[in-house]
Amino acid sequence: MSEHIIAAIVEHKPGVLFKITNLIRRRGFNISSISVGSTENPDLARITMVVTGDETTIEQVAKQLQKIVEVIRISRLNPSESVIRELLLVKVHVADSRARSDIVSYTQIFRGRIVDVSSDSMVIEVTGGSNKINAFIELMRQYGIKELARTGITALARGERGSRALD
Amino acid sequence: MVRMTGAKALVESLKREGVRVVFGLPGGAILPVYDILHDETELRHILVRHEQCAAHMADGYARASGRVGVCMATSGPGATNLTTGIATAYMDSSPVVAITGQVPTSMIGKDAFQEADVVGIMTPITKHCFQPRSAKDIPRVVKEAFYIASTGRPGPVLIDLPRDVQQLEADMEFPENVKLPGYNPKLEPHPLQVKKAAKLLIEAERPFILAGGGVRLSGAYMELIAIAELLQAPIGTTLMGKGTVPEDHPLCVGGVGMHGGVANKVICEADVILAVGVRFSDRTTGRFDSFCPEAKIIHIDIDSAEINKNIRAHIPIVADAKKALNAIRDEILCCTSKSNINRSEWIKRVKETVEAAKGYLECEGGKLTAPAVIREMRRLMPRNSILVTEVGQNQMWAYLHFKALMPSGYITSGGLGTMGFGFPASMGAKIARPDLPVVDLAGDGSFLMTEQDLATSIVEDIPVTVVVLNNGVLGMVAQWQRLFYRRRYSHVHLGRIPDFVKLAEAYGADGVKVENLDDFKEAFTNALRNDVTTVIDVLIDPEEDVLPMIPPGGSLKDMIWRR
Ligand SMILES: Cc1ncc(C[n+]2csc(CCOP(=O)(O)OP(=O)(O)O)c2C)c(N)n1
Ligand SMILES: [Mg+2]
Repeated sequence: MSEHIIAAIVEHKPGVLFKITNLIRRRGFNISSISVGSTENPDLARITMVVTGDETTIEQVAKQLQKIVEVIRISRLNPSESVIRELLLVKVHVADSRARSDIVSYTQIFRGRIVDVSSDSMVIEVTGGSNKINAFIELMRQYGIKELARTGITALARGERGSRALD
Repeated sequence: MVRMTGAKALVESLKREGVRVVFGLPGGAILPVYDILHDETELRHILVRHEQCAAHMADGYARASGRVGVCMATSGPGATNLTTGIATAYMDSSPVVAITGQVPTSMIGKDAFQEADVVGIMTPITKHCFQPRSAKDIPRVVKEAFYIASTGRPGPVLIDLPRDVQQLEADMEFPENVKLPGYNPKLEPHPLQVKKAAKLLIEAERPFILAGGGVRLSGAYMELIAIAELLQAPIGTTLMGKGTVPEDHPLCVGGVGMHGGVANKVICEADVILAVGVRFSDRTTGRFDSFCPEAKIIHIDIDSAEINKNIRAHIPIVADAKKALNAIRDEILCCTSKSNINRSEWIKRVKETVEAAKGYLECEGGKLTAPAVIREMRRLMPRNSILVTEVGQNQMWAYLHFKALMPSGYITSGGLGTMGFGFPASMGAKIARPDLPVVDLAGDGSFLMTEQDLATSIVEDIPVTVVVLNNGVLGMVAQWQRLFYRRRYSHVHLGRIPDFVKLAEAYGADGVKVENLDDFKEAFTNALRNDVTTVIDVLIDPEEDVLPMIPPGGSLKDMIWRR
């Protein structure tokens, strides 16, 4: 059982996201994240999912999704040949000026940005792969995380390779 | 471009799709469409007494004719009543278009009177759902709905029509073609896969062909027999494939699966299985992990998601069954000639196995048992008749004892196993094929689920024969309780109520009760000639089992032959 990234290019129409999530629920597939957004073509949207399962399950997920009429194309992204990004927003408790300067330098190391500051908290934005995001969250725990939001990953294949379209 | 209302455009579009009959029942949210139907002369509307029957009739019509069946209902309860029929059609890949009324667009989401989220309910049990939000979309939506329902792996499609969309006028354009970028059924087999399959089949010592419902949907009957004869391979069918090869063909060994017969033995000995248009349902295979573990499997299906879903294929071929079989046959004949293929050992072995099993399926002479009744029916029904079944023991007795001799000769709810399907589906079949005798083989429990549509059969003049195998129980459930729950009969006794003769007569149909085989023969002969529906109440023993069977959770090797 491992995590796989599946990208769906779908018609940008009402109800498509419902169909996809409903299918995943009904067939008992496991997804740990799903993100939706527009593409270079205004009529199309891209849905990126992280699915957990063995090879047979992933093959089924892809083929069942492909059957949805509004799904134009399903591809599997190979992590080593893809650019994978996730956005994190985290609100951290700032107890004193020592904590403040530590958090600022961690944020710099992670090439994040401080997007909001108040007397006792800061909101930090970090993008990157899931490992990087996880590492940053771990570091922030010692200061006290007040709120946290992750977008779930979105991904593109590098160059010409990486994305394996299913016929 | 022509200016008209959405309702008018719907009816116009249906006619352009060649629809001649619609099964339905009106209500508030679909009144604009029914107002158009009032003056309609080319399109026959058959008024049902329960919307479930409209869906089953459309399904039966589709299965008997190969054309798309159409049913119609109002919003809310009308639409939800359709769902059992739609789910039945979905599981058996039957091309049905369901049209439902919906509350006006401005009211959607407001919990309006008779509002139900029909698209939400139907999405998992349809191939596709439409809810056009403007009248001018209707002609395109209908075109696409029929295209999706009838191509690739067929299935039901829903068109949910808000009432204002039916009422509004628009300049209508009726498209000739569809544009569906995400929908491209793959029909042609991959040449490399065809080569591999041909090679494996030539080298096989004990090939077996498993024919499923896909053979019927693709119309690949000739191709199936041709390849079987070329390979000298026995053919077994799944429940949905029954009839795709005439069951008196010397190579046909009958049905495979939970209530299969000797075919279960034969398939277990095969070294190569050519599975055509099957989805390897658990009722066909028994336990997945012990389904013919030694055999190599060539799996042809038009739906790529069926490949490796339940059973791993050694050689998958995603294609239309007819095209794939043709291609494989051509390829075999390219590599070798018919006279080089010698399977006499295997055929001899198959014949012996079939002979040895014969005794188990014989009926005790003269007694009024279900198998005896079904065999008499076969003898008395013309070759091309249509048998529709309900669900339960009746269905499985027919699977074992009724020889289907033509492609739509055995129509049954396989995937969903819907009690109450048979009677309305038989009427749908009769509408499709008024020239043929149509018989519904019913259980007493199943028939009561949709018998109210006897009214439809009388008023709309759709004569069929209903043979009720009246055992006074939910027989199949009782059988399981007998065999696997120590005879603890929990809530399966029906009490031989109602009196089916009086019930039939109350609707203006004919009713006959029979208590011996000779009376049955006479009653059935008369019924086939009758121009109104006949219900024959056949009193049988409630303790009778359908045997052989594969116990639940067992594999094909674990057949129970005798109680
Ligand atoms: C709508 C529905 N409800 C319940 C079942 C479960 N079930 C399967 S067979 C059966 C008994 C059918 O009884 P009957 O129609 O009398 O047929 P018999 O088995 O006695 O021939 C039942 C209840 C079902 N298949 N469909
Ligand atoms: Mg019964």
